[in-house]
Amino acid sequence: MIEYRSIGKTFADGTEAVGDFSLVLPSRTTTVLVGSSGCGKTTLLRMVNRMVDPTRGQVLIDDVDIATRNRVELRRSIGYVMQHAGLLPHRKVIDNVATVLRLNGVDRKEARDRSYAVLETVGLDASLATKYPGQLSGGQQQRVGVARGLVSDPNILLMDEPFGAVDPIVREELQAELLRLQRELDKTIVFVTHDIDEAFLLGDQVVILKKGGKVAQVGSPADILAKPADDFVRSFVGLDRGHRTLHVEDRDGVRVVVDGTGKATGVLEA
Amino acid sequence: MSWFLDNVDYVRELFVRHAWISVVSTLIGFALALPVGWYANRHPRLGGVSVTGFGVLYTIPSIALFILLPGILGTGFLSVTNVIIALSVYAAAVMVRTASDAFGSVSPAVLDAATAAGFSTSQRVFRVELPLAGPVLLAGLRVVSVSTVSMLSVASLIGVSNLGSLFTDGFRRDFLTEIVIGIIGIVVLAVVLDLLLNLAGRLLMPWASAQRTAVRPGAASKIAVKARGA
Repeated sequence: MIEYRSIGKTFADGTEAVGDFSLVLPSRTTTVLVGSSGCGKTTLLRMVNRMVDPTRGQVLIDDVDIATRNRVELRRSIGYVMQHAGLLPHRKVIDNVATVLRLNGVDRKEARDRSYAVLETVGLDASLATKYPGQLSGGQQQRVGVARGLVSDPNILLMDEPFGAVDPIVREELQAELLRLQRELDKTIVFVTHDIDEAFLLGDQVVILKKGGKVAQVGSPADILAKPADDFVRSFVGLDRGHRTLHVEDRDGVRVVVDGTGKATGVLEA
Repeated sequence: MSWFLDNVDYVRELFVRHAWISVVSTLIGFALALPVGWYANRHPRLGGVSVTGFGVLYTIPSIALFILLPGILGTGFLSVTNVIIALSVYAAAVMVRTASDAFGSVSPAVLDAATAAGFSTSQRVFRVELPLAGPVLLAGLRVVSVSTVSMLSVASLIGVSNLGSLFTDGFRRDFLTEIVIGIIGIVVLAVVLDLLLNLAGRLLMPWASAQRTAVRPGAASKIAVKARGA
């Protein structure tokens, strides 16, 4: 379990990224922080592995204040996947993945074996292992990024817009892959995105943020759609634009689902 | 030609001497420049001052430095140490700015990812920043290597023998062959060192050439797509 207790962050130049933020992220679920740029979502994510330290308040992992933990050790115990994969261009794919294990003191042989295994888990062919990241496609690099995040089998996985830089088809593939992995692996995932569709697809708990890390609403996707807290949320999730407000029309006994713009999107089964 | 054959041992001796003095000076200058360049990249304000300061050193005429150093250091006038120190200073003067640029060329996103993966600060410097700065560092080192080889010949004027001694001697005796052989020797040495550096780069940084070959076809096809689109 991850808990933010009255977190605030003011950067050295005086900008307040986060005002007063509190939230509990239950274990073995995916929490998605979603909001426009400048809402502090990445800052909040990076507080979990102490890439950013809060100015006020505490972050707790399993009831331990992480300010008391060595930041390098803490980072080695948490998986991190970022946009553009962030792979080391001078290390082969397999070494990029094994790096985290080697930093944790796992011996070379075991690190290699486990890295090959996790490459397979994320759906990468073993023949790519000896290539350099620059020789891979964007989607493949992102899979390597996920493999690197998972290889040390951390309880917590932080994902900072991991699929933001790949094309829509590959993004859908990777999203489906992540859902499958999460069913198998049961990690506590904190996922940051600005894409509400992605948030609703992946999140058990979705946190919609306004500027300065203010929480507009927290809940399951269904809760948020059923009871949007205010007009900001209504607009952010698209309830004011028609494609989420569906109704059923009867066509010769078949119930066809039509959205607010009049477009037919599917049929309703019994 | 017959002069060369008669003096082949002498020329070889000068060649070897020229080679080791240049290589040692280049390496010392490189080693001095690395930490300064790294610091300059990290702390632009104070670093900028030190980069400029090193740059100014390069404006001191070499002959002046060769003559002044013994007085400052208390070394003998004919000591090779003076020359090595002077050339190292010049090498560092050029290399500091390149080193600063080299560290600046490392993608911040990669450094960020390394930090997130749990590299400690020193692990990150030696295992990520330094290797990734490698290609730009190597480019700088190749320039410095050539300029050091050429500048060393000036030292023959103060009596520290090297391939430049063939010029001074040739001028004194009005003997063109000796001068030409000196020039050829220096060019050969500069080219050999450059080839060795290039080879070392390929062996130490196979990823840099792998990336180039990987990027080119992709970039080309993107341009092709754009052209077709237009």
